[in-house]
Amino acid sequence: MSLRRWQCQVCDYVYDEAEGWPDDGIEPGTRWEDVPDDWTCPDCGAGKADFEMIPID
Amino acid sequence: MNSTTLTADASYRDGKRYWWLMGLVVPTLPLGGYLLVELTGWGIFWFWPLIFIYTVIPAMDWLIGTDENNPPESVVPDLESDAYYRWIVYLFIPLHFAIFAWGGWMFVNGGLAWWEGLGLAISLGGVSGLSINTAHELGHKKGATERWLAKIALAPVFYGHFFVEHNRGHHKNVATPEDPASSRMGESFYAFLPRTVIGSLRSAWSLEKQRLARLGKGPWTLENENIQAWLMSVALWGAMALWLGWAVLPFLVIQSVYGFSLLEVVNYLEHYGLVRQKTESGRYERCRPEHSWNSNHIVTNVLLYQLQRHSDHHANPTRRYQALREFSEAPQLPSGYAGMVLLAYFPPLWRKVMDPRVVAHYNGDLTRANLHPPKRAALLARYPQPA
Repeated sequence: MSLRRWQCQVCDYVYDEAEGWPDDGIEPGTRWEDVPDDWTCPDCGAGKADFEMIPID
Repeated sequence: MNSTTLTADASYRDGKRYWWLMGLVVPTLPLGGYLLVELTGWGIFWFWPLIFIYTVIPAMDWLIGTDENNPPESVVPDLESDAYYRWIVYLFIPLHFAIFAWGGWMFVNGGLAWWEGLGLAISLGGVSGLSINTAHELGHKKGATERWLAKIALAPVFYGHFFVEHNRGHHKNVATPEDPASSRMGESFYAFLPRTVIGSLRSAWSLEKQRLARLGKGPWTLENENIQAWLMSVALWGAMALWLGWAVLPFLVIQSVYGFSLLEVVNYLEHYGLVRQKTESGRYERCRPEHSWNSNHIVTNVLLYQLQRHSDHHANPTRRYQALREFSEAPQLPSGYAGMVLLAYFPPLWRKVMDPRVVAHYNGDLTRANLHPPKRAALLARYPQPA
């Protein structure tokens, strides 16, 4: 299965599963389902519920 | 509404349920002023909405006090889906448009003295300022309808770029020196006002320019959300001028300038002096409750859809107003926004009340606060670091 990207609906930050977010210990390749539920947008602080999957360009 | 599920958690009822209707009193205030003028013959009542905002509300905040009630998480999904709360926000918009049209007509045809006309225009500006709060509530939602309604609500005040800048600019840069809408300790409201107005406009334009560039387009297109929103203002103001003639122009400009200045004075007090520290990786730490000033004064909270529960708003920007919570660990303002706005107009008083609070928040270490660069040295000398 290919990796996906998720966009914060508040500030447009994009979580790319291929890159993860190593600053918070989220390794590259971490799928969205495996990102902890209490993880928040690194830019604006919004929660996971405020992210939507975006199609690959 | 879904009353059976709302009461599923029998211990919780929204005590403010009918109080939220107070938000709809706001757009009718200029009409109340007109009735008071008719009743008393005193032209001073053309300023009634200002008297209401600057004296009645702070007095009621002081008399009625604070409200620390939080809805339990178990009722939040039902509370959020209850359409009643949405509709009373939507209704603000047609009420505002009607009173805006009436105000313009009265300004041109009412035979008012110049200072009465000024009072009427500023009064409508008060409604326009509060309409930005309505647009703010709507503009954070994910649905296309509410986002369009947000842009429509911003048409009379001609501040449509707020919709773009607030979400993608302010929510990202809040409580950093880069944010035009976060005020710095030592910065007076009068220094902040031009910085935030010009900075927010630039930010909104560049955010849309970047987004459209990613789609391979230039900024001059109807897909630019700033242009969409501004065109609505051009259409509305143009219709007013066609109907009432050019004599309505001072009315339109005065209500707009006072309206957006009211929004900006609220921006001024929401994050004064607070700043996110940089982490080892060079990014700013996440926005947390400690980065916003809060207030639980119930009267202003009801009028502003709990905007004063500002820390929860930044943690959960799409959470609807009726579900916002107070965080006891968040920094607290000594009064509701309405009273704090008055203080902000008098910088020496503002500094006297707020600067010691910023110092206390950082345990005396102002090197961790957001300081206004021209005042930095003086502030650090005045409040020396604890040994």
